[in-house]
Amino acid sequence: MKTSQDSPVRQVRWVGRDAIVEVHGDIDLRRSVDFQQTLLVLMDDKPARILIDLSDVPYMDSSGIASLVKILSRARRDGTVLRLFGLSVRVRSLFEITRLDNVFEICATEAEALA
Amino acid sequence: MNCSPDKPVKIVITSSPAYLPVVRGAVEKMCQLLGFDDEGAGGVVLSVDEALTNIIKHAYNGADDKPIDIDLAPLTESPAGGIRICLRDYGPSVDPEKIRSRDLDDIRPGGLGVHIMCECMDKLEYRRAEGGGTVLTMTKKAPERKGNVTR
Repeated sequence: MKTSQDSPVRQVRWVGRDAIVEVHGDIDLRRSVDFQQTLLVLMDDKPARILIDLSDVPYMDSSGIASLVKILSRARRDGTVLRLFGLSVRVRSLFEITRLDNVFEICATEAEALA
Repeated sequence: MNCSPDKPVKIVITSSPAYLPVVRGAVEKMCQLLGFDDEGAGGVVLSVDEALTNIIKHAYNGADDKPIDIDLAPLTESPAGGIRICLRDYGPSVDPEKIRSRDLDDIRPGGLGVHIMCECMDKLEYRRAEGGGTVLTMTKKAPERKGNVTR
């Protein structure tokens, strides 16, 4: 699935029933709602796992974190595994500051997330 | 010639999220020029972004055409220097006593901005502005430089 050029979600790749979501650009107040909506629509397709690739996200703020918390909440309700991978130092630091690094499953690479 | 900024930089934006990346870029560059390392600059940038997000969402209820004044100034009180940031909105004044961070053990979206600012900055101070609105002043010292070179 390809998305519009402005969407924070560049592409969704399917590996079996796993959806790998490629995100790009800053996720802030400007783009977090679009990010969240795209992910929530994807979840209607009932993937077994959603693996979110943040390697091309140089910046995220608490709006982006709030969107991910909503997505995680829905994933838990649906029994879907949610993993994040490819976090930059700054994005990783945001998860640590907000103490959400132990709430989300955070992997270093796509291969680790798929394992 | 002094290569570091020694006077405040003033930026005026309207309360549209479209300007957040512009301000982030300016804050990042100012921090670099004032001697912050990447980690320190990242924390200041994040704090300013969170403060602006709070103004847009809470002081202006999402309206995108209201003024926000931003002052970025060198911090002169610290030997190593640093940055002082003042953000002024013209929305309804908020009781500064009521602005606080929330319990992080409660995993839910929202309400993390003040916690992030407290973690990343040395000092935060909210006050009611004359003529209405709120002024937030945040300061952060730059890291001490080892082995100062004298000529």
